[in-house]
Amino acid sequence: MSLFVIGYYTLLLAVSCLAAYFNKKTVFLLAFSLTLVSFVLGIVGGPGALRAVAICAGLLLLTGMVSYAFREFLIQMAESNIGLSFTNNPPVLYGCIIIPIVLIVLSRLLEWPITEFALAALILVIILIGMNSETAKELRTAPMTAAFGMFVIFTYAIAGIFAPYIAPHGEAAVISSAFAPADESMLLGADQLGRDMFSRIVYGARNSVGLALTATVAAFVLGAGAGLLAATKGGWFDQLMGRIADVIMSIPSLIFALLMLSIFGPSTFVIICAVAIIYAPRVFRLTRAVAGNVVVMDYIEAAKLRGEGTGYLIRREILPNSTAPLIAEFGLEFCFVFLLVAGLSFLGLGIQPPTADWGSMVRENATLISFGDITPLIPAAAIALLTVAVNFVVDWMLFRSSGLKEQ
Amino acid sequence: MASKKKEVLLKIADLKIEGYSDETWVPIIKGVDLTLHRGEVMGLIGESGAGKSTIGAAAMGYARDGTRIVEGSKIEFDGMELTTASESEKRALRGSRIAYVAQSAAASFNPAHKIIDQHTEAPLHYRIQKRMEAQEDAMDLYERLRLPNPKEIGFRYPHQVSGGQLQRAMTAMAMSCRPDLIIFDEPTTALDVTTQIEVLAAIRDIVDQFNTAALYITHDLAVVAQMADTIKVLLKGNEVEEASTEEMLNNPKEDYTKSLWAVRSFESPQRHRPKDATPLISVKNVDAAYTGGPKILDDVSFDIYEGMTVAVVGESGSGKSTTARVITGLLPPSKGEVLFRGDPFPPDYRSRTKDQLRQCQMIYQMADTALNPKVKISEIIGRPAQFYSGLKGADLKNRVDEILDLIELDPSKFYNRYPSELSGGQKQRIGIARALAAEPTFIVCDEVTSALDQLVAEGILRLLDRLQNELNLAYMFITHDLATVRSIADEVIVMQQGRVVEQGPKDDMFTPPHHPYTDLLLSSVPEMDPNWLTTLLEERGVDNVGDAAAAKIDPNDPKVQGTNA
Repeated sequence: MSLFVIGYYTLLLAVSCLAAYFNKKTVFLLAFSLTLVSFVLGIVGGPGALRAVAICAGLLLLTGMVSYAFREFLIQMAESNIGLSFTNNPPVLYGCIIIPIVLIVLSRLLEWPITEFALAALILVIILIGMNSETAKELRTAPMTAAFGMFVIFTYAIAGIFAPYIAPHGEAAVISSAFAPADESMLLGADQLGRDMFSRIVYGARNSVGLALTATVAAFVLGAGAGLLAATKGGWFDQLMGRIADVIMSIPSLIFALLMLSIFGPSTFVIICAVAIIYAPRVFRLTRAVAGNVVVMDYIEAAKLRGEGTGYLIRREILPNSTAPLIAEFGLEFCFVFLLVAGLSFLGLGIQPPTADWGSMVRENATLISFGDITPLIPAAAIALLTVAVNFVVDWMLFRSSGLKEQ
Repeated sequence: MASKKKEVLLKIADLKIEGYSDETWVPIIKGVDLTLHRGEVMGLIGESGAGKSTIGAAAMGYARDGTRIVEGSKIEFDGMELTTASESEKRALRGSRIAYVAQSAAASFNPAHKIIDQHTEAPLHYRIQKRMEAQEDAMDLYERLRLPNPKEIGFRYPHQVSGGQLQRAMTAMAMSCRPDLIIFDEPTTALDVTTQIEVLAAIRDIVDQFNTAALYITHDLAVVAQMADTIKVLLKGNEVEEASTEEMLNNPKEDYTKSLWAVRSFESPQRHRPKDATPLISVKNVDAAYTGGPKILDDVSFDIYEGMTVAVVGESGSGKSTTARVITGLLPPSKGEVLFRGDPFPPDYRSRTKDQLRQCQMIYQMADTALNPKVKISEIIGRPAQFYSGLKGADLKNRVDEILDLIELDPSKFYNRYPSELSGGQKQRIGIARALAAEPTFIVCDEVTSALDQLVAEGILRLLDRLQNELNLAYMFITHDLATVRSIADEVIVMQQGRVVEQGPKDDMFTPPHHPYTDLLLSSVPEMDPNWLTTLLEERGVDNVGDAAAAKIDPNDPKVQGTNA
């Protein structure tokens, strides 16, 4: 019996006993049932199975620690009230937002190589503005899953924005033979044309996530705008919008997208439009329902009696009271949009080669599955991880907006 | 009241309850003792936030979500310690030996089941009675509580009976297992004065008949004087004093209790109509109905003069708020018109000019829904000033500070806060401030004090009165509380079923002879005399209260004809 096996059981039993002694029921039950399961596993699978269990547990622990540390990091940031120095100084605030935007536009036009940094700065400023003690209070209620989700999203954002600096090879550079196995220059091996899989995954983060994000934002601008207007105006406008939404929703979404793409050709702009049209009705329905509950409030009546226009009503009175469910819905719709775009790419009508995209990467490497290789599963896993992470965060936000803050 | 056995039923000692807020446990109840004997009725009174309902729930061994009973508290019910009892032991008590009657019967009944099925749920669950027995017992209780058609009413759904009947049905339901203790949590607060009497009479009788002990929670002193044997006064989780009802009413010891008793003293001097002046607002022969619905207002006419307060009283459903909606332009009338200083006011608010809109402002009943929770106080008040007067920057800030001063709130403290950080009375003041910021001549006050405690309500009334004197405002004061009318009104309009049944100066309205409906309303207001209810019931007869009394008014009565003409 190897030293590892002895150590393994000793650790488990020690943890169970300590948990039982300090009356930590769940920990004890978890540790001791794992011990019992390990007895069976050890007999059936030998030290190998135990090693696998230990690695899984270690990974889980690592993930937990990363999530915990990340959450504490965010709380510390928020507690420093750094956001207030922006919100209390409008010139600084607008300066910090406008300068990066100008830089982004300029660098696109004049081909300066600073687009990535300007974009990162812009996102950083937006995050920092939200950092105040209120946010710190909210962050403390975040469960570990939400912290994990935020960490994953953060990692993807970094990978996407700084893709050219992170990726060791070019997006479409052929550097070895087809399906070459992983070596020191290729972390995940090569794809069907001999391009570096890891580099393409990093670029894919930019293309796939960027496209899905733009499409979701477009769907929200369309849907939420129409929903807020419908709830405020009511009457025939509400009816008209509702019926249009019904018509769009009655068309199967994938077929509609395929139709649009085959008519207008698979360009990025058409994909965004098609996806936005498909998802806008859902957003419309939710927004209309949420805003419908707000417009019956007395403060809306007071504002109407004051003679306020629709624009003010929506912007200052209704929207601030409907943001929580809309943000939660945004996360949810983002996942659906992402999966739809990946599905379109898989069918060959989405983002066109040689641009790296996770959906099409799955399709291009699909032949490898029959040889027992996991290469095509890596982009699929990237999609799954992001979807799960976003949903973790959304779950937390839904929980907060449903008013179940304290149990 | 029936003679009492001196056996202790409920004994609460050093009760401490904490609530979770802002990530710490803060005390809500700070050590309250309470002893209730069998068959005794104890009234718990205090402002909102005094912990009345929390104590009521604790008497069942129950702590609401986000609260906990601190260790060391003792709640002993008939020899059983509830703080250490298991959840299933406590559950076995609830419904069978301790029952609860909530403030809103409409919200407490399940709308999907018939009343009698909900009534028989507890006796069937505890296997005290068979279904048929339980139903017969329910009908018996309905009869004792003087519900109309006791054999049939239980087979209706909750929405098919009136609010007062539903509240009595709920009391009957609490009685279904003949509990030893019933907790009444503000059972009549949501009811009209006329309906309140029938519920009070019914509750008192049935508690007497079965010798049930009761905790009666309310903020209305006059009500508790009718119901309770002893009264306990609470303030912010502390007991102020406890004494028998007689003693408490005649001889309160603590200053706080005295201040509660003194609340109804405020009365503004009566103003009279200026001679030969055009009325500020003149409602002329207005009929109104909601789309497709029946007529809500029927030939309503009255005048409001500058600088005067006109109180509109009546039961719920009498068309008071609808009249306000017609004046503000939210509901264009189907017939008749509204004149402002002699000129017609456009019937729809959308076709009124900015200046016409600013003249007529509204203050709402529920400050919670009347103030946008996501907007800072500075903007809530600043927006009308900015919108109508075009103030900006420092001018705007000065104006907001000025208005905050006017409503007696410290500008530096409130300028940057959100409505949720304010107390009920402060919120209502912000509502007033928003109306003032428009610099109106006329304000509609829709039940502005009915959601507030008496002390706070009085503060609001005094404020409104002071503002009226300073700014020469006219108020249309919608209320169902006649004490409020007495303290602030100059003229009174009584409405019943969408018609104005009587109107005139306050002094005339409070001196007989009255229209029979006014008479009914006036005599239904509880007084601080503990024998008031008994006397009233003797005068009117037990079957002639509430809906029955209103229905009995003869439309051909000469007085009725006279006031309508």
